[in-house]
This record gives sequence, structure tokens and C-alpha cells, in this order.
Amino acid sequence: MKVVVDQSRCVGAGQCVLVAPEVFDQREEDGIVLLLEENPPEELHDRVREAAQICPALAIELAG
Amino acid sequence: MSESLSDALDYPMARGRCPFDPPPELTRRLHDEPVSRVRIWDGSEPWLLTRYDDVREVLTSPQVSADTENAGYPAQSAGLKARRNRAKAFISMDDPAHAAQRRLLTGDFMVKKVERLRPRIQQIVDELIDDLLAGPKPADLVQAFALPVPSLVICELLGVPYADRAFFHRVSKILVAQDVTAEQSLAAMEEMLAYLGDLVEKKLADPGDDVFSRLAVEQVATGGMTVGEVAAMGQLLLVAGHETTANMIALGTAALLQNPDQLAAVREGDDKLVANAVEELLRYLTIVHTGRRRVALEDFEVGGTRIRKGEGLIAAGDAANRDATQFPEPDKLDVTRKARHHVAFGYGVHQCLGQPLARVELQVAYRTLYRRIPTLALAIPLGDVKFKHDMLVYGAHELPVTW
Repeated sequence: MKVVVDQSRCVGAGQCVLVAPEVFDQREEDGIVLLLEENPPEELHDRVREAAQICPALAIELAG
Repeated sequence: MSESLSDALDYPMARGRCPFDPPPELTRRLHDEPVSRVRIWDGSEPWLLTRYDDVREVLTSPQVSADTENAGYPAQSAGLKARRNRAKAFISMDDPAHAAQRRLLTGDFMVKKVERLRPRIQQIVDELIDDLLAGPKPADLVQAFALPVPSLVICELLGVPYADRAFFHRVSKILVAQDVTAEQSLAAMEEMLAYLGDLVEKKLADPGDDVFSRLAVEQVATGGMTVGEVAAMGQLLLVAGHETTANMIALGTAALLQNPDQLAAVREGDDKLVANAVEELLRYLTIVHTGRRRVALEDFEVGGTRIRKGEGLIAAGDAANRDATQFPEPDKLDVTRKARHHVAFGYGVHQCLGQPLARVELQVAYRTLYRRIPTLALAIPLGDVKFKHDMLVYGAHELPVTW
């Protein structure tokens, strides 16, 4: 799985951080998404998929 | 306009016999007529979307606008319509203006910053429960607990003196009421804007460690925003910051008291269970019950129905959150279910800015209240509780409790 985030779309809702804090964080100045792990291990895949599904700004894309 | 006009029923509708379920007619439409017309207060007949997938699709569509100035926008009330051009906040703007303003605030509500507030929120909750237990019973949970918790928190965060709460509680009640005249609504807004404008001027002269001080120093002093623009933004934050969470605390408690096994699960559960229960209660109750409003910028199709440019759209989150394709046995309150994908905070770029704060407040409030007062009970029959069918945000006007 490869994760891509689009910071220009992010609205800082923070849902991805709540679901998969190992993979997503928020920039201290403005709460915009930071990708910590571009290729998360398999045990995190379900939660990363959930994060992508609930992101209100559709800023998370998954490949593979 | 469409041929179905004559069938349109008035919207919003009052909830039915169960105060926690969406109006029965909305549930019927979710099953039988998921995209249909309704008639709103001004006689116009926007489209009502009830299915989960349709609601999410419309709220993320580039073909719709949240800009209240667009012709055909289905305003919630005469008051909101009258107010919309007087002082617009980002909730009523489209990108890029919306994103530019929202990003001035996203840092203040980010998950980590809000987590840092958790000990202070716990302290506020504990002190209010101390006072409640020391006072007479029965007591009104709304006034004694549900309203003060978010009110104290948002005041501290924004830098609004809590001593002025009687003023802004009164004014914000008018701002979320649907049965007030346009004049009353405008007058309340002018009072609030004048108050917040004064506050911003004071912060400019003597800044503290709060959101209004930061906006005064970083925006007003540099010419980025006017005092009036900051006041309009502040009004949105202040009203949204306490009306919603307050109603969730009281209504959530009423729902749990009707479901003792669920209440016991919350009382005895760990932090993870409590966090899950908050999501389920948000889904089950969906207190923003008059729909998210949009207008079509061009022709497009949703749920098999053709929408024309300039037609109004109402995305009914309360119905969508009871869509069985997403939530099996949707009318059952189950604090252990997976419900995080609910649309109680809306969806799309306008999804609630303050949701991380609301989550922490609700987690601390529910967790602490039922543990510290295990015998908590309604002091009147549920059927006698007066619910807010007539407000933009659903809840209980009063919730008499005893213990």
C-alpha cells in the first residue's frame, strides 16, 4: 500500500490522526495533514483505508 | 420547476414519538423516495437527500455551492437569510475564500492542541459535578452541566470573558431559533457583532493567549482582516462552540438513561469504548437536524435524479446516519458499533472545524458524569421533556435529573 496526501485539499478535520496516528499527523502551525509513513505495514492497512474513507476533504489517496 | 411540487411536505419536520429518531417521514423517504422535494419556510422547494451515499456525494461535489448569496440557496430561516449578507463567515463561502479563512483556525482545533486541553476540560467537568452534587435535586442538567462545560471551554479558548455568558447565551439562543422574525434575528446579530468587535479591539490593545488575541494581532493589526470580519468569524465559533456540544451532552445522557445496558457499558468501559460511544451517540442523535444546505452551480445527477442549476439541496444527515447500508440495525443505539464514518459533523470541506474539541469534551463529560453519579436518573418522564424541534440544533430545552 502506498499512501499519498494532498495538503492543498486538507481542511484539518483531524480524523486521519485519530484513526491512524502511526501514519498521519498534523502540522503544528496550521493542523494540515503530514504523512509519517508512505508505505505503512500491513497491520495498519485497515485503519489507513478507514482514514481515507472518512477524510471529509478526500485528501488521502491509496495505491496498491 | 419539477412536476413533484404538489407532493412537497414542509421541512424541517418535528421528530416523532421517539425523540431520538429522525422524523418518521424522513425515514420513509430514506427507504422509498431518497431524493425528493420538500417545501421550506419561504415557499421554495429544494431537493432533500436522505441516503448516506447521496449525502456524501453532494457535500463533496464541486458542482454545488455553500455560498448563501447564490440564487436558489435554501436558507434555514428568515433570520438566517436576513443575516447572510450582513456578516458572512467561512461556513457560507466556497473555496478558495473558505479555505483561506478556515486555515487561520485549523491549528487551534487540531487533535494535539485539543488533547493538551483535556486536563483543563476534566477540571471544569469535575468542578461542575461538585457543584451539582452540592446543590438541590432535582436539578436541570442543561443549566447545571451540559451548557457550562462547552461554554467555559470555548470562552477560555477564544478569550471571551465567561462573566458575560448571560449575554451571549441569550443572544445565541435567538440566533439558532427558527421561529423568530428577521428583525429579531438581525438585532441579535448586531448585538453579538458589536460585543465581539469591542472584544477584538481590546485584544488588539492588550493581547492574551487566546484565539481572538491571535487574530487581532496577526490579522487585524496587519490589515489581513477587518475587526468586523473577525467578529463575524468569532460569532460562528462562539455559537457553534457551545450550542452543539451542550445539546449532545444533555441529549446523549437522556438517550443513555433510556438504554441502561448502554449506559452501563459507557460507565464501565475504557477510554477506547467511551470514544467509540461518543461516535455512536453523534450518529444516533445527529443534533444538526435541519440538513446541510447547498445550491447547484450546474446541472448534475444524484441518486438517479436530475438536479438543475440554481436548485436548492438539503443533505439530511439525520436520515443518512440511519442508512442501513452503512449502519446495520441503524435505529439501535449500540456504543460498540463502528460508527466513525457518520456524517453528524457534516462532510466535505465544510465538515465541522471544532470536531476534535467536541470529541474530547463529550468523552470527558460522559465518562465522568456517569461514574461520579452512578444513580443519575430522569426526574420526569421522558415524554414530558421538551425537545428542541424548533431550533437549528436539536436537543432538550431542560433535562431535570435526580440521583
